[in-house]
Amino acid sequence: MLMTLSKDSMSITREQDLVPFRNRVKEAAVKIGMGIVNQTKLITAASELVRNMFRYAGGGEVLIEIVSKGRESGVRLTFADKGPGIANLDLAMQDGYSTGKSLGLGLPGAKRLVNEFDLKSTVGQGTTVMILKWKNG
Amino acid sequence: MGPFLLVTIQIDLYDRLALNLEADLVQKVHQTGARGVLIDISAVSIVDSFMGRILGNIASMTRVLDAETVVVGMQPAVAITLIELGLSLKGVHTALDVERGMALLQTKLDLDYEMADDDADDIE
Repeated sequence: MLMTLSKDSMSITREQDLVPFRNRVKEAAVKIGMGIVNQTKLITAASELVRNMFRYAGGGEVLIEIVSKGRESGVRLTFADKGPGIANLDLAMQDGYSTGKSLGLGLPGAKRLVNEFDLKSTVGQGTTVMILKWKNG
Repeated sequence: MGPFLLVTIQIDLYDRLALNLEADLVQKVHQTGARGVLIDISAVSIVDSFMGRILGNIASMTRVLDAETVVVGMQPAVAITLIELGLSLKGVHTALDVERGMALLQTKLDLDYEMADDDADDIE
């Protein structure tokens, strides 16, 4: 059973929020003793998702949780925005696809870097992305 | 430093700062006529797709201005993450540290001179 050990949230409204946000994620990862490679993967995935949230929805809220399941602990991040939503999720998850002018690596790349990835979006209402990285995952 | 520009990134950059770096650096290459650019990212703990794109852009832009770019000092965890993310930094030269990066640039420059000499011989 998944248990939440600590909960923290941060709202993203400006581009400058990116760096302090990364630091908050790092603090959570360090707290559970996550190694440097997994930390870097988690923060990079978080960085991609928070940029998407800022660029396509003008910002949103991120929930930062430390979770545990049996002996394993991890960091779970939930990015929620009230933006335009994603019309075609399959296309959005394809490498190299972008409606902006980026490389189109954000969503599929972030998914590869974490252990669990869940994307929900309703056009006109917003998008929620959840990622989870286990300490030893 | 001779004909090379050395740039050390000492903080994690947010997007606007990274874009400024790109513009400033290309401007500097033009002003100074530098033949090589060394970007030291040993203090950078996160390179995401945006930062990766900026590094690629800098390499392409400086190449058009006849200067080679070498990215040096990438942390191992950053390298692992970049490849898993799907970014291989194609077209960007890399070296382990500043010293090796400098040697790489010097080799490229020497090669250029040799080729220029060859061309001169052809004309005679």
